[in-house]
Amino acid sequence: MKALSRVLMIIAALSLGLLFLFPMWKIYLEAPQYPEGLEMHIWVNKISGSSESVLQNFNILNHYIGMEPIHAESFAELKIMPYIVVFFMITGVVVALLGIRKLIVYWAALLMLGGAVGILDFYLWLVKFGTNLDPTAPIKIPGMTYIPPLLGHKELLNFDALSLPSTGSIGILLAIVFAGIAFYVSREKKIREKITA
Amino acid sequence: METLISKFKKVAPKAALLMAVAAGAALQGCNKSGGESDKAVDSDAASAVYVAPGEHDELYSFLSGGFNGQVSVYGIPSGRLLKIIPVFSQFPENGYGYNEETKPMLQTSHGFVPWDDLHHPKLSRTDGMADGRWLFVNGNNTPRVARVDLKTFETVEIMEIPNSAGNHCSPYPTNNNEYVIAGTRFSVPLDMKGGTADVSMEEYKDKFRGSISFIKVDKEDGDMELDFQVLVPGFDYDLANGGKGPSNDWVFFTTYNTEKSGTLKELGASQNDRDYLAAINWKVAAKYAAEGKAHEMPANYYHNKLDHGSFQAKSEVKKTVRYLLPEECPGMMYLIPAPKSPHGIDVDPSGEYMVVNGKLASSLPVFSFSKMQKAIENKDFDGEVNGIPVFKYESVLQGEVKEPGLGPLHTEFDGKGNAYSTMFVSSEVVKWSLKDLQVKDRIPVYYSPGHLMIPGGDTEKPYGKYLVVMNKITKDRFLPTGPELMHSAQLIDISGEKMKMLLDFPTVAEPHYAQAIQADLVAPNSVKFHKLDENTHPNAVKNEKDVSVTRNGKTVTVKMTAIRSHLTPDNIEGIQVGDTVLFHVTNLEQDWDVPHGFAVMGANNAETLIMPGATQTLRWVPKQEGVYPFYCTDFCSALHQEMQGYVRVSPKGSNVPIKFRMGEKKPVPPATASVN
Repeated sequence: MKALSRVLMIIAALSLGLLFLFPMWKIYLEAPQYPEGLEMHIWVNKISGSSESVLQNFNILNHYIGMEPIHAESFAELKIMPYIVVFFMITGVVVALLGIRKLIVYWAALLMLGGAVGILDFYLWLVKFGTNLDPTAPIKIPGMTYIPPLLGHKELLNFDALSLPSTGSIGILLAIVFAGIAFYVSREKKIREKITA
Repeated sequence: METLISKFKKVAPKAALLMAVAAGAALQGCNKSGGESDKAVDSDAASAVYVAPGEHDELYSFLSGGFNGQVSVYGIPSGRLLKIIPVFSQFPENGYGYNEETKPMLQTSHGFVPWDDLHHPKLSRTDGMADGRWLFVNGNNTPRVARVDLKTFETVEIMEIPNSAGNHCSPYPTNNNEYVIAGTRFSVPLDMKGGTADVSMEEYKDKFRGSISFIKVDKEDGDMELDFQVLVPGFDYDLANGGKGPSNDWVFFTTYNTEKSGTLKELGASQNDRDYLAAINWKVAAKYAAEGKAHEMPANYYHNKLDHGSFQAKSEVKKTVRYLLPEECPGMMYLIPAPKSPHGIDVDPSGEYMVVNGKLASSLPVFSFSKMQKAIENKDFDGEVNGIPVFKYESVLQGEVKEPGLGPLHTEFDGKGNAYSTMFVSSEVVKWSLKDLQVKDRIPVYYSPGHLMIPGGDTEKPYGKYLVVMNKITKDRFLPTGPELMHSAQLIDISGEKMKMLLDFPTVAEPHYAQAIQADLVAPNSVKFHKLDENTHPNAVKNEKDVSVTRNGKTVTVKMTAIRSHLTPDNIEGIQVGDTVLFHVTNLEQDWDVPHGFAVMGANNAETLIMPGATQTLRWVPKQEGVYPFYCTDFCSALHQEMQGYVRVSPKGSNVPIKFRMGEKKPVPPATASVN
């Protein structure tokens, strides 16, 4: 493996660090009476909002329909995920140091699988919150569930809910892209080696 | 010497002519369906004042409420009422002056005075321009100066002024808020202990004195402190205004009753042909005070401050005051002869011209600051009063605006070399040029106008687009509502050569004066809600788990929380007839626009309105046994009507223990868990 390829692989591993610097996902709620909107930020290790009281305001609105309050403590994922990300960052660097080309593919594939599992988990999470409603809730609309969209937007009563991946997720995308380039660059080198040989 | 009668003779033909013109216009108006009023209204007026739903006005304007003791905030140009800020009066709408936190704001040396006559709002300044931080206002009746914080639009400080009576020429802030200056309207016999003496009215001339107070303002937090006073001759001091540019260090006061007449002032105070414009160099005064020229006397006045974190007001009683005597401080104070009983004094944006509005005079004198400086140099004086030099009229006069109209009261400036004066008697606004002192335009107003306001019109750079002219005597401009009418103001476009009438809007009580400022300087700093974490109220409860009801003798303290859509606790037992129950209610919301109210049946004060993150206290003394409902008074959510609870009141000496609850024991209510 060429030095450039190793560098790219290290960049790929470090890109995952964005997950600690920015939220992975954002859910926006907007309604005419909430012109500023409510923004929930989902991080690899916490849940926050555009302002510190957003979670409280989400929960106050949700309590009318009997949705369970959202707390960072209620998600085991938020405790596990940072370790998984760190695991990928370390193994990425290890792959770069070992310089075994095949490992790049395994690493990237495992990362994609991890990402897919993450999205599936997120979806199940939304379903759980949107459907597991308190039967004694003050507002009950027959047949209504409140599953926010996984991606894109959806009308939930008078709210327009919009869900989009955020800057943190770009880290995963960058990791895969850089790993891909690293893989590609090292192939080129092999061809050239053959020619010069 | 001109007598009053000869003056009336002069004025009468003009008045008659004006009346004839008005009558003619009215008669002509009868022929048309639209009536006379639309003639003066600009055809494009509607679009000039239209602010679309969801859009904001260009300017905030702060109108004094006069005898309601409040300030009302209007958007300009729409004329929409944005807010009423209670300052010197109790306000049942939000519990100001009723709840335990704000009651100390209205304490004075005369006891609890829940009312005042608020005349002049003045915006704080940086480099001579309104900076949008604070608004200072005067309480005329029980002499006080208050400060409103423009982050919260709340009254945060009220200071009583000793040795003052009728705090009218007040509060004038200097160009960097070094001082807020407040002068007395009524002179009184000072007992030199901070109060007035028991003196026969016959002794008016000898025993009565006026005072001008210099209040220091803290640069950072705006806190006020009475630095010193200047004891001035026993005239009546009417209005104040300060210099700018070259005249930055000066402040001017109009006076009347230089005759020192003690009775039937209507005549007694209108005998001298000329009263005075008093000029004080505040920098020189401050220097004298700092150098130890000031004397000290006992005093007794209240200084009340509201703390932002705890939402609690505290009163402090001050026991001394320092004072300067002009006769001991040469170069500090001068008198300029001004036409009989002048009212407004206004300094133009350049700081060179002082316009004195002689309400009984037929011309408007304009004094020159540079001529005044020269006269000081040349000692061009015409005698002295109590050791204060009096200038020769001609040596300081720039010129007179001839026949401006009848009864000039106030003048403001557009920053383009024009001045605008209100004419009380002839009911009009007159535009004239500072350059040649010639009248350029006039526009009728449909009531007797008092003050007028051009946004920034008293600063170096007026925002010369609009003029607001306020009425002094109510007129039927709107649908009739019985004998008592709303006061009103009119908005005039002054951006062109000719003034154009744009809008009428009703005002809350009599608008004496107003100030306006570009919205951008205030709006971005506006507080949306208080941070619960920063709430330092001693009885705040930040979590529903921590609410409590405790008895200490005959006082029961209830620490309660409010959130959509319940109060915690909502059942309270063990209260007895005659107990003093203190409900300390903390609003746990952290969202804009979700205040909660709190009211108990039969309470003798008011409800209270608690902003998100804040704590307010309502005192309640139940008089009969029974069960009393309490509830949220400000519609807060779909379940607002359910936001209620009960207090059980048992007879005196009953053995019902103190007990409280919220919800049955089983499932935790969802919002309870969400609070944190």
